[in-house]
Amino acid sequence: MSRVRTPVVARWFDGEGDGFRLLGTRCASCAAVFFPREDGFCRNPGCAGGELVEVALSRRGRVWSYTDGRYRPPAPYVSDPELPWEPYTLIAVELAAERMVVLGQAAPGVTVADLEVGMEVEVVPGVLDEDPGEPSTTWTTWHWRPVGVGA
Amino acid sequence: MDDVALAAGGGGGMSGDVAVLGAGMHPWGKWGRGFVEYGTVAARAALADAGVDWRDVTSVVGADTVRGGYPGYVAGATFAKALGWQGARVASVYAACASGAQAIATARAQLLAGLADVVLVVGADAAPKGFFRPAGGDRPDDPDWLRFRVLGATNPTYFALYARRRMAVHGDTLEDFAHVKVKNAALGALNPHARYRKPVTADEVAASAVVADPLRLLDICATSDGAAALVLSTLEFARRHGASTPVRIRAVSTVTPTYPNTVLDLPDIATDSSAAVPPADRTFRESVAHAAYEEAGIGPDDLSVAEVYDLSTALELQWYEDLGLCGEGEGAKLLREGTTAPGGRIPVNTSGGLASFGEAVPAQAIAQVCELTWQLRGTAGTRQIEGARVGITANQGLFGHGSSVVAVR
Repeated sequence: MSRVRTPVVARWFDGEGDGFRLLGTRCASCAAVFFPREDGFCRNPGCAGGELVEVALSRRGRVWSYTDGRYRPPAPYVSDPELPWEPYTLIAVELAAERMVVLGQAAPGVTVADLEVGMEVEVVPGVLDEDPGEPSTTWTTWHWRPVGVGA
Repeated sequence: MDDVALAAGGGGGMSGDVAVLGAGMHPWGKWGRGFVEYGTVAARAALADAGVDWRDVTSVVGADTVRGGYPGYVAGATFAKALGWQGARVASVYAACASGAQAIATARAQLLAGLADVVLVVGADAAPKGFFRPAGGDRPDDPDWLRFRVLGATNPTYFALYARRRMAVHGDTLEDFAHVKVKNAALGALNPHARYRKPVTADEVAASAVVADPLRLLDICATSDGAAALVLSTLEFARRHGASTPVRIRAVSTVTPTYPNTVLDLPDIATDSSAAVPPADRTFRESVAHAAYEEAGIGPDDLSVAEVYDLSTALELQWYEDLGLCGEGEGAKLLREGTTAPGGRIPVNTSGGLASFGEAVPAQAIAQVCELTWQLRGTAGTRQIEGARVGITANQGLFGHGSSVVAVR
């Protein structure tokens, strides 16, 4: 049975393997960068407003902070209530070129014990959850993974 | 008298003060009843404290809760109906955790504009059990929905990110965080309105379950039922009413962030980028306090007490710095030196704080002003800070709502 792979949010990321990137937008007038993407209006109050062009964000950044979720989050987070809760790790990553911090879940298997503030991490494709419905859907997302750690 | 200097600093010659005639609360807890009942109890307590007949109130402002839909969305009218329709002007405001401050700001604006002479402000909530969650449905255009759907990022995970960052950058320790809880629990034990009224030890904090590393259950505030109310009036009404030296509200800061907002805020998935525009001199939280100080014509050295939004123990330390009580990174040192405990230079969260109350979202910013009122009147009982003259509250609501109130006597 084949599953449909669908991004959990359309046009926030794209690509496979080393080519995987978060997608934001950049204002053609003032060069402000936005993630999540702004497609309507530039939010720089000093900008008269320019065309917002899709831009791939830096693949690597440094850990600004990190934590984990030891208890099952409420909906709309999807988890199987029949299964014991497996904590997930969250990493806030500082991107130097964009001068911004972007949150994401860590790649599976990465725990808070593996992380330090300032550590280099990279964005990798990941799976958020699998919906067994018809057709069955694999909801894809982005993950942060310490550089030098294999998939 | 300090008052003279304070008066000279504020309002540019014209008094922007309004009087706090009455303050009242419904105790925080899990009572299993509706928010209207809690709010009505608090409102009646505030009216009784003020000695004002409800029928003489010319405006009522409700701080809304959004859970449960109607009638939560229209708190002002809901409370007016519960107290008995008497024709008062009505307003209802929603600004997440800052709803209470916006309700006070609305009341103050009406008083200063001459649209009302005595206003009742009420906030009440019946909080659900467990994590706060977004409204239902499939709503990918709502950042609050998205952070749960995409990341499972509950409120405590954000508090934990700030806490870990402080540990890495400033050297704060888990013991420092526990110390905040111990301090606030000791004060909450003295407050009849608090939900948790037992002292807590550092060992008890350390033994509680980790919710979001590095924060434990006793580092994070609960979600509570509760209500708070204020009766505010013009100074002229207060004089006629026989209140010659009432507690006065001198500033209400309800500022928004300045682009680019560089501190990750709930419910955002990313900060603004500073690539095109350099960050402002002050972070959002710093600007919330700064606006209150500017409007009141005072500075951190003038404060006697402060009530800050301790959603987590670590966040209380952050507020010390954002309020200018100490320099950046010195919050834990201030705590360790006892500066923010009773007997210290600037006791913080004499009410017991959210650590002892838990969050009742639309009531919280009003409850902070209730505590200032009792401290400045000298009627805070066993938790009274001797000679309190000037107090500040600080709070922040989801989506970019600043909230800070300065009260003086």
